[in-house]
This record gives sequence, structure tokens and C-alpha cells, in this order.
Amino acid sequence: MRRYTSLPIALFSLLLRSSTCVFASEQPQQPFEFGAMSASTYSLPPLPYGYDALEPHISAQIMELHHSKHHQTYITNLNAALKTQAEAVHTSDIATQVSVQQGIRFNAGGHINHSLFWQNLCPASSPDAKTSSAPKLFKQIKATWGDEETFRDAFKGALLGIQGSGWGWLVKVEIGKEQRLAIVTTKDQDPVVGKGEIPIFGVDMWEHAYYLQYLNGKAAYVENIWNVINWKTAEERYLGTRADAFKILKASI
Amino acid sequence: MSASLLRTSVVRYALRASAPKPSTRAGLAGTAFVRGKATLPDLPYDYGALEPAISGKIMELHHDKHHQTYVTSLNNFSEQMAEAKQKEDITAQIALQPMINFHGGGHINHSLFWENLAPTSEGGGEPPTGQLAKAINESYGSLDAMKEKFNAALAGIQGSGWAWLVQDTQTGSISIKTYANQDPVVGQFRPLLGIDAWEHAYYLQYQNRKAEYFKAIWEVVNWKAAEKRLK
Ligand SMILES: [Fe+2]
Ligand SMILES: [Fe+2]
Repeated sequence: MRRYTSLPIALFSLLLRSSTCVFASEQPQQPFEFGAMSASTYSLPPLPYGYDALEPHISAQIMELHHSKHHQTYITNLNAALKTQAEAVHTSDIATQVSVQQGIRFNAGGHINHSLFWQNLCPASSPDAKTSSAPKLFKQIKATWGDEETFRDAFKGALLGIQGSGWGWLVKVEIGKEQRLAIVTTKDQDPVVGKGEIPIFGVDMWEHAYYLQYLNGKAAYVENIWNVINWKTAEERYLGTRADAFKILKASI
Repeated sequence: MSASLLRTSVVRYALRASAPKPSTRAGLAGTAFVRGKATLPDLPYDYGALEPAISGKIMELHHDKHHQTYVTSLNNFSEQMAEAKQKEDITAQIALQPMINFHGGGHINHSLFWENLAPTSEGGGEPPTGQLAKAINESYGSLDAMKEKFNAALAGIQGSGWAWLVQDTQTGSISIKTYANQDPVVGQFRPLLGIDAWEHAYYLQYQNRKAEYFKAIWEVVNWKAAEKRLK
């Protein structure tokens, strides 16, 4: 799924500097286009574990549909929207450039959120699923909420309070030299990309994330997800920069 | 709108209560008479009656669990709202408004939804007639063209929500509108026909293939109910 070629990595820094200079790794048979007609193409990042690895907390059926269908659809629609945008830029079609923005936001958000989500989960049997894998983060969680239970209750309350589809995130917020933790909920596929915000871990509260197994019992899903939170990844994101947290996205171009 | 729905459910439960039904419904029937309390309206057909378009399992969970939760939460927040009003606590009243909008909207939307569906044996899927048929033809050219636009609107919902065929209360014209989450059709527009695009409405049967659900549901749309809502 992920395409390993040496060129895209070399080209990636170029890509960042100029939106008109892009490389489509999905179509290696085509020559490079340095015109505005081309757009970057994203592909589905592989799951870092098997579809059944999160059982019994999240069923294999859910994981397979969620990753291979839902996440894939966000990527497919994102690529289509980016292509439309690139063409609209090329033809100076400003109306289309504006109208395509919501689609980019939604589908790019879906791609970002799910990519981060897969990485911040792991099998319950893994040592990474233990909070001891996040000593520094956990210290600050305790400093912020008092104890683990209070933090979990606050997170659970936020997740269950979402009206409609959305996500709940533990976020590191950096303002100047100050840094604090916050529980943030976002609607639909809005990603956590605000100034100074670094997502540490997220929980998908769309019904597709739990319905086949938990039906209307989303409180049980929210309870069980703690067993498969990847605290090692959480610690890395907590200690790192946004670019570190989002590196999986670069790898899926 | 909500007043008439509430009245309907009171009547239904009153009827149920008089019948010998050894279910927990008999207990619920009593609460139907508490003034101002919302109650779950009875489905006008069996849970399995919309198969194969919508499975009996989906209908049961959707009505008995999801809709019931909106009703329970609405009553809970309405009570808190009444208290806040009594105490003249404006801040609390404003804070409660989104909860009333969400859970009250969920109650209204689902009540209308059950009514605007029907088994094929009871007219589900039969095309509209009269004024509504005329309005659809004038606005969209044909019923099929309207359905196509409606399905595109459903597919375009980003997240949870509903699509409605609505009537403009000022001009009388009809149009298709989408609403996020449980936002109800109120104000300028009058709801005629609603389709639930939340994942819980189709996921057990259709999973990610929501376009198939949007296509199938027209087989059980009760156009007679929509016609009655048109003014
Ligand atoms: Fe998801
Ligand atoms: Fe629903």
C-alpha cells in the first residue's frame, strides 16, 4: 500500500515550498509534471497491526471496514478534490477553487484523523498499551487532572457529549514557552490543526467506529478503548513536534 | 409540530394501555399522561415490516433504543430547563438550549421519519399524487429526478444528519435541504419527508455502502404522509 521509492522523499521538501511543484507517486508510469495540473496523491497507510489485533475491544470486522473502506474513501475523495483544485488553479477558476475547499477540509480531515488514530491504538497485550509507557505524559496528566480516574472521566464525558459524528482528542497546546494539556472534541472530520496544537491521541466517535459491535452502547466502547490506547505513541507525540505526529501522513503520499 | 406528535403518542399509549399487554409498555403508558412529558410514539408498523429495505434489527434498535434515548434525554433536559426558568437563571437556560435542540430535534425527526415510511403492503413506495406530485413535477421535472437530487443531498452530508423535502412557509414552494445532526426543520420551512442519514440508520445492513441504503429506502417511503404535511 505504501509506496517506497526514493524520489518522493527527495521531492517532498520541494513540494512543501511550492504548491505548483508536485509529484504523484500513485502514477509512477507518468512523467513528472511540474505544472499546476498535477496534485499530490495520498494512499492508504497500512495498519501497524492486523485487523483482529484489537479484539475483543474492537472487532476485526469493524477494523477492516473502517480501514479498508472508510479511510480509503476519505483518501479517494481527497485525491479527487485536490485534482479538481489543481485544475481550477491552473485555469484561474476561482469559483471552483472556493467550492472545493469544504470537500478538501472534510476528506483531508478524515485522512489525518484516521492515520493518527491507527497509530495511537495497539493490541491490549502490547507493553505499549500500558500507561507506564508514557511516564512524562502521565506526569502531566496527573498534574492537570489530579489522578488517572478523573482524567478518564473527563475524557469519557467529552466523548459521550458529542452531538453527532466527531472525535475526542487529548491535545498538547503550546503557547509561546507555555505548554498545557487539553481534552478537545471536534465535529465530523475537523482535524486538530490549530496553532500550537499537537494531537496526542484521538478516539473516533463516528458510529461506524463501534456500531457493528457495540450498537447503541457507545459508553461501553468508550470504556473499552482504554485497553488499546498506544501510550508509547502518545508519549512520543507529547514529547515531539507536530511534524513528528504527522509524519505518517508524509509517508502516505 | 411537536405538540401534535406528543398528542399522537398519548393517544397511542392510551389505546395500548387499555389492551391487555403484559409488557413494560404498560408501565410506560402511565407516564404518557404526565403533562408535558415526551413519550416514544408507537411505530405504525412492525419492526420487520420494512424488510428488505430496512432490516427488523435496525428498526428495533433505532426505535426502541435510539429514539427512546432522545425522548428520555429531552425529558431530562426539559425538566432542568423548567427549573432554570423558575430560578430565572438565564445562563443555565442558554446552556441548556443546545441540549433541547439536539434531543428535542431527535425526537421530532424520528417521529416524522417513522410516519413517512410504510411497508410496501401499506402503500410504501407508491408515488405521490395530487398537489405534491404536481409540485415535484414542476420543481424537478419528474419524481425520479427529484429522488436523484435527494440522494445526492444525502450522500453529501458530511457527518451525521438528515435530508428533507421541505415546503417554504412563505412561498409554498418545495425544496430539498440537509440538516446537521438532529437539527429539526423549523422556522421558514415545513418538513414534508425526511430520511435519516446517521450511520445507525443503515450500518448493520449496509455498512459503508450508504448509497445502497439511499436507493432502497424509496421502496418504503410513505408519500401519503408527505402529502398530508403539504399545505
Ligand atoms: Fe472513522
Ligand atoms: Fe436515527
